[in-house]
Amino acid sequence: MSLYGSRRRANILAAALCWAAAIFGLSWLVMILGALVYEGAKGLSPDVFTQMTPPPGGAGGLLNAMAGSLIMSVIGVAVGAPLGMLAGTYMAEYGRYSRLTVAIRFINDILLSAPSIVIGLFVYELMVARMGHFSAISGSVALAILVIPVVLRTTEDMLLLVPGSLREAATALGLPRSYVIQRVAYRAAKSGLVTGVLLAVARVSGETAPLLFTSLNNQFWSLDLNAPMASLPVVIFQFALSPYKDWQQLAWTGALLVTVTVLVLSIAARTLSRQRTSK
Amino acid sequence: MRRPPGFPFPLGEWRRAAGLRMEMALTEQTFEDPGVDNLAKEAHVSDIALSGERAKSAEIDRRQVLGKLGLFDRLFHKLTLSAAVLVLLLLGGVIVSLIQGSLPAIRAFGFGFLASQSWNPVTDNFGAMAPIYGTVTTSLIAMLVAVPVGLGVAVFLTELCPPPLRRPIGMAIELLAGIPSIIYGIWGLFVLAPFLQQYVQPALISTFADTPVLSTLFAGPPYGIGVLTAGLILGVMVLPFVASISRDVFETVPPVLKEAASGIGCTTWEVVRHVVIPYTRVGVIGGVMLGLGRALGETMAVTFVIGNAHKISGSLIAPGTTISATIANEFTEAVGDVYTSSLIELGLILFVITFVVLACARLLLMRIEQKAGA
Amino acid sequence: MTVMPVVKPELSTKVSVRNLDFFYGDQRALKNVTIGLHTNKVTAFIGPSGCGKSTLLRVLNRMYDLYPKQRAEGEVILDGENILDPRVDVNLLRSRVGMVFQKPTPFPMSIYENIAFGVRLYEKLSKAALDERVEEALRGAALWEEVKDKLHKSGLGLSGGQQQRLCIARSVAVQPEVILFDEPCSALDPISTAKVEELIDELSQRYTIAIVTHNMQQAVRVSDFTAFMYLGEITEFGETDAVFTAPREKRTQDYITGRFG
Repeated sequence: MSLYGSRRRANILAAALCWAAAIFGLSWLVMILGALVYEGAKGLSPDVFTQMTPPPGGAGGLLNAMAGSLIMSVIGVAVGAPLGMLAGTYMAEYGRYSRLTVAIRFINDILLSAPSIVIGLFVYELMVARMGHFSAISGSVALAILVIPVVLRTTEDMLLLVPGSLREAATALGLPRSYVIQRVAYRAAKSGLVTGVLLAVARVSGETAPLLFTSLNNQFWSLDLNAPMASLPVVIFQFALSPYKDWQQLAWTGALLVTVTVLVLSIAARTLSRQRTSK
Repeated sequence: MRRPPGFPFPLGEWRRAAGLRMEMALTEQTFEDPGVDNLAKEAHVSDIALSGERAKSAEIDRRQVLGKLGLFDRLFHKLTLSAAVLVLLLLGGVIVSLIQGSLPAIRAFGFGFLASQSWNPVTDNFGAMAPIYGTVTTSLIAMLVAVPVGLGVAVFLTELCPPPLRRPIGMAIELLAGIPSIIYGIWGLFVLAPFLQQYVQPALISTFADTPVLSTLFAGPPYGIGVLTAGLILGVMVLPFVASISRDVFETVPPVLKEAASGIGCTTWEVVRHVVIPYTRVGVIGGVMLGLGRALGETMAVTFVIGNAHKISGSLIAPGTTISATIANEFTEAVGDVYTSSLIELGLILFVITFVVLACARLLLMRIEQKAGA
Repeated sequence: MTVMPVVKPELSTKVSVRNLDFFYGDQRALKNVTIGLHTNKVTAFIGPSGCGKSTLLRVLNRMYDLYPKQRAEGEVILDGENILDPRVDVNLLRSRVGMVFQKPTPFPMSIYENIAFGVRLYEKLSKAALDERVEEALRGAALWEEVKDKLHKSGLGLSGGQQQRLCIARSVAVQPEVILFDEPCSALDPISTAKVEELIDELSQRYTIAIVTHNMQQAVRVSDFTAFMYLGEITEFGETDAVFTAPREKRTQDYITGRFG
């Protein structure tokens, strides 16, 4: 009886601790989002969306930073996503049984969680040091390198989920391999592929470290890909660490905007992939 | 023989459905059906049957078409292959360019770089000891927070959570993993650090003032920012990774095993302790190391709250620095080859450390995947 | 019902398999198989699970090419050409030798597209001609009446039996010469099965057909010739009547009377 009692007590204690852990974990989410909304919303005004980043101590908005983030993310995804998709296609289709695929999967998984600041250093060496100046294009390349592993991983996973019978059926009609992949496998995995791209966009839209010494920052409106360009994360970083209240406020507002973007994208991606699995 | 008695449909019916007129059908004569003649008239499709010549000409066309497509086919194959190889080259490129970039520093300091604490841009004398120490310490603190809590969350999600909440809570944890690190940084700087400075650190300092070891760990004025704060923020960042990977790994345990243990009267905790955890140990370690890899390489969250002080302090509440924070803070301002190169060498060291940790993590996770697949 | 005298046409061989061995890695799945498929006849392959029936079928359109470590040795002659020759264009071969699988495999696109898709690759047809081809194929598969109002809806929305007939229509639309059926009815209900069987019978007027089946009644109903396979070998082959009424081999008899398998 007493043995049973102590076992039961251990069980209750363990359950309580797990509950506590879950509540603890979730409370961070609530606290972080709460602070973000509270602090960020205070600074929300039309100016944020229409004015350029201000000089020290002045008032202004985040227009150039938002435009910069958008431009660099779009280029990054436009370059990185097709490469990741093609590589993922190779791994799931042509090279499914090859050793190369095993090696690439391993390397890709490491790149997926490699420190993004190292990617920044790489692109600095590769482009900035050679060109002699910071530029939006090198920032875009850094983001593209971060996009590739995300898209590659989801593409491979999603294509592997496409039933082999579908591939065989298309092959049995005499369709060439590339045709089978593009018209049948891609189509069957469509929502999964979109999910991968969305996740990649979510990832790069908050990335700061690789932009610090590639695209740097720019206080003014600039669409020149060959010149430094502002981006939301870098502006947040600079402004938050500044002594000026206005700047800190803009940093909070920027942080709110970035978070909302990222959360919307990840929720969209998850909803999409859930629709797929429930079908 | 074709159509034994008792075949469920009269012949005419399926022919009607098919709307087909059979040409020179041998069976037609043996299975005559009065309905067929009427149908035959609307059967404009009789010509699908391939006559010999048509088959031949069709084949020639196909050869041409396939010849053209074949080129595209091979091109697409090569295209995907090159993209895949690019990923390998990318990793190679990262390593090569980091080594190249750090050559001046390697020449100047050799292995002494790893052991030296000095960081003096004026005299161009640099050492990696302090950032390495900071990186390792903050990551260890992070794991102390994240591993127990993360495992608790994973057990909660797989064993205890009421089913309707399972999905939303799991998703919330995953969303926590998706929040950009800069958000953790700004929150740490403006919310967590002041809170720690005001309430937690003074309490720690006074509580442990007379305890031998702990008094050094919590010595000095409460700055708010510092190694401990950075470690905590990292812990919160890594927590969702550990939690969601452990959950995935726990779910690979075959339900029969758990049911069998429950069947002999094990409590939930005993099932977890004696079945789930032993079964998944390798995978959990892999997940923890993946989290560690993240913590080691994390930049922005740390940069905000570490204080950027190039010294090794025995106190956890003193400011310090990490490899990534040093690079982030100083790289654009670095002047001179040796300074820049030293920072790149720091990056190289960071990459090597995380590479080793992540590689181990992946190898362990691959083992559990194989187990689940087998 | 008037029974007219039937002139038995000369049997010609469309596909002839000679001394075929097949390997999955080191494992030999087919042993010295020799058999001929007669033009415009239905040949059924029966035998216990794992006897190599499906493997043999997958050699005939070189489907095994998709997988590493699978190889075939011997000869498979289709209209005078050895299709195991590495120089053979496998896509061309597969366009001539269609295949219908155990589970219906509609592509994730509309019913119309499911059929037009393969046709478009090989032939530049006008919209009208393509429409006609799709209709022909669907009529040929006895599916037209059921789907003519929802041609542009997803093929995944059809019932299992309809999906299988859609797959048959899809194979027919590219105008093959031989059609391989790999247990086409094993996932279907009895009514759908009956429809597919009628269809096979119908198709044998124009195509040479090979069918793998677990269902001996089905073999009796649809086939002209039957091959009994056991452990990778063909142990008995002949007219379906003969194989089922007077099998030469004891094993065949045991199998068809349900004593093992």
